[in-house]
Amino acid sequence: MAQQVKLSKELFEPIERDLHKAEEITRPSLTYWQDAWRRLKQNKIAMVGLCVLAILTIMAIVGPWLNGYTYYDTNLKMKNLPPSADHWFGTDDLGRDMFTRVWYGARISLFIGISAALIDLVIGIIWGGLAAYYGGKVDEVLMRIADILYGLPYLLVVIMLMVVMEQGLLTIIIAMTITGWIGMARIVRGQILQLKEQEYVLAARSLGAGAARILFKHLIPNAMGPIIVTMTLTVPSAIFTEAFLSFLGLGVQAPIASWGTMANDGLGALRYYPWRLFFPAIFISITMLSFNIFGDGLRDALDPRMRK
Amino acid sequence: MARYVARRILFVFITLFLIVSATFFLMKAIPGDPFTSEKEVPKEILESMKEHYGLNDPLYVQYGKYLLSVLKWDLGPSFKYKAQTVNDIINESFPVSFTLGLSALFIAISFGLILGVIAALYHNKWQDYTAMMIAVIGISVPNFILATFFQYLFAMKLNLLPVARWGTWEHIILPAFALSALPMAFIARLTRSNMLEVLHLDYIKTAKAKGLTKFVITYRHALRNALMPVITYLGPLAAGILTGTFVIERIFGIPGLGSHFVTSINNRDYTVIMGTTVFYSIVLLTLILLVDLAYGIVDPRIKLSGKGK
Repeated sequence: MAQQVKLSKELFEPIERDLHKAEEITRPSLTYWQDAWRRLKQNKIAMVGLCVLAILTIMAIVGPWLNGYTYYDTNLKMKNLPPSADHWFGTDDLGRDMFTRVWYGARISLFIGISAALIDLVIGIIWGGLAAYYGGKVDEVLMRIADILYGLPYLLVVIMLMVVMEQGLLTIIIAMTITGWIGMARIVRGQILQLKEQEYVLAARSLGAGAARILFKHLIPNAMGPIIVTMTLTVPSAIFTEAFLSFLGLGVQAPIASWGTMANDGLGALRYYPWRLFFPAIFISITMLSFNIFGDGLRDALDPRMRK
Repeated sequence: MARYVARRILFVFITLFLIVSATFFLMKAIPGDPFTSEKEVPKEILESMKEHYGLNDPLYVQYGKYLLSVLKWDLGPSFKYKAQTVNDIINESFPVSFTLGLSALFIAISFGLILGVIAALYHNKWQDYTAMMIAVIGISVPNFILATFFQYLFAMKLNLLPVARWGTWEHIILPAFALSALPMAFIARLTRSNMLEVLHLDYIKTAKAKGLTKFVITYRHALRNALMPVITYLGPLAAGILTGTFVIERIFGIPGLGSHFVTSINNRDYTVIMGTTVFYSIVLLTLILLVDLAYGIVDPRIKLSGKGK
């Protein structure tokens, strides 16, 4: 146990009681977002995820210009070269520079992931918001439709659509969002059902605010925490779906490179030219890992119940 | 309960009807017909082929016929492999996928539970961090990458297991593990968080106060309740394993339904795509329904009502 400390009375002196001081707030008051950011900063793993994502984004922007090759120029004299000072990640079976292609693929994969998440967000907010705000019959109809669509096996639907539609970037995004928004709609609906009974909504309504104003100015901003977490976790699943589709030969068409198509190309060459699979594979995994750990950290930071 | 079950079954049928109709009309929306890519065929033969497959009927007749034949469980002929019907393909290859899927399911559940329990028991210790690191990697690394990595490491470099093909039990190991990584990771995370919640409950304190050993408390008392949410996850888990077989079977050259499905996509063999999609949907929806019903039976605290969730 701790040492015995002698505490004599002389060590203490009375402080004059100041009634005004007692009411003073000494610490700066934090908004919800400042508080969440503070908690997020303490989560080292999540911050590593965030930093990696930042680096990946920067490299996706500048990477394709860094070593003077293009993602589509072929050079048959230089095919299947291992990584070297000239071609940092080696070359593929048509002599295209893998480093440039990997970062070009990062653009495509991140673009698909983020736009899928954004479209899900917009449809989900409108659908779920309307269902929850109006309740009753509207809710019943909207959510029944969502329930039925939710019952459709996601990847099968996406594959069917990809088979039928013309292949391309836009098609992939459409195919993924056509049933992808339902999760978001459910989250938004759940949040707004909880929020809409609160007094500030009543206050807004009695001040004459319309449905759209209440929904977008009052309810959605307060439901933003779970919405953002869902979005962060949608991105890796969209990136995975794109890679999966490309791997089945249903993704973006050459010469556009995505990580999925590159992994698919590299698969056949695994035994002799493993780097052709290795680089796209490692970057898909790192990206998904970063989004996942960042999303987990964000969820812990934004959920007040996780406060210790 | 009866009302709930009836309602759920009705929903399954509506969804299936939607899937069958959607697949039919999507396939019809594609320009050209299944014989467009054939070599020059005399017009008469083309016509008689179209007649034979009923492609000259008006659309609604074709749709009606298709619905009826699906009801009778006759999914039609394959356009690419003339001697085979879609039913033949499914009957022949589904058992293979089923074996693989079941092994993956078994691995996912057993390893996932073990990881989750270890993580919860050693909360915030290195065992916890290691288990959760494995889980987050399992979630983040796509299964086709894991599969090729396994293939490269265990089969090509270490020569421990066969690279590909199907036959003996040794062939199952690598694909089953690759397939089970994602669901295993999910189960581990679910089990961990549920165990952490359950371990704080009063009845665990009671069990401790009675002097029961840690082992008995964990496995007879805590794990039982922690398992409940894991059961609800079994539906999506089955879906994940099922779709996972598309790529895994392709990588390992396994003659299952998944690889047939992918081949039919690449061949644009529309009847096979349609039939397999319908078949997969039936399997999935039935599984999810069974899991939901089982959940109500296993956990008596849940009162299923007719009003949905």
